[in-house]
Amino acid sequence: MEKGQNVDQWREWDAYYSPFDPCSPRQKYYLIPPDQMTTFQSAGLKQYSPHEALKRGTLWPDLYSPYPRGAKEGTR
Amino acid sequence: MWIYEKKLQYPVRVGKCDPRLARLLIEQYGGADGELSAALRYLNQRYSIPDRVIGLLTDIGTEEFAHLEMIATMVYKLTKDASPEQMKAAGLADHYVNHDRALYYHDAAGVPWTSAYIQAKGDPIADLYEDIAAEEKARATYQWIIDNTDDPDIMDALKFLREREIVHALRFREAVELLKEHREQKKVF
Ligand SMILES: [Fe+2]
Repeated sequence: MEKGQNVDQWREWDAYYSPFDPCSPRQKYYLIPPDQMTTFQSAGLKQYSPHEALKRGTLWPDLYSPYPRGAKEGTR
Repeated sequence: MWIYEKKLQYPVRVGKCDPRLARLLIEQYGGADGELSAALRYLNQRYSIPDRVIGLLTDIGTEEFAHLEMIATMVYKLTKDASPEQMKAAGLADHYVNHDRALYYHDAAGVPWTSAYIQAKGDPIADLYEDIAAEEKARATYQWIIDNTDDPDIMDALKFLREREIVHALRFREAVELLKEHREQKKVF
């Protein structure tokens, strides 16, 4: 998982694991994308440079959600 | 498992012989935003959703089956004694040739129910937002059915069902808020 900015978009939880379950347990994760954390975007938020914004798909770091491939696999 | 109580969640009275209304009510029986879709959607999503909201999906999914029974009761009462001529006059001739007076899972336009109406995305935010949208759509459907009847008894039951959609929508939105919280995260180095 990408370290530093926006890593706290991930949440962990444990599914019930029975001693009779056939496979070894795996940590469960889900992602809360940054749009979930505001109801109405406030004005004057920090912005990326124009070039960086074009690459990332948003002008605002607060709205950026990284999704590196295999993000759910790397933290354990 | 489930325990069955042989009574309706809320009493259903039908005060007027109006088989035409059965055709509209069936939207909430086998339509995209109907009670069957709701029950099956929620009970199925339970398996892969974070454990904190499994109980909510069980409770609401179960209640949706109780709503399904109420709709079925209304449709049954409105059609059980209808003659083929009355069925035809109510726009139910197509239904009659295929099903007689049996209930069937289709919408008001006769389109059969399909599991394509419901989704299980595995992503809890995506799933809960579908659930919230489904409740709001069901609320709207109840409003439009209420607009199409002048039977105060039917209206009473439909208003109860409409109110339940409002409560369910709030419960699902609360579930989203629960999932946003950080629980004390296990750190494994
Ligand atoms: Fe509902």
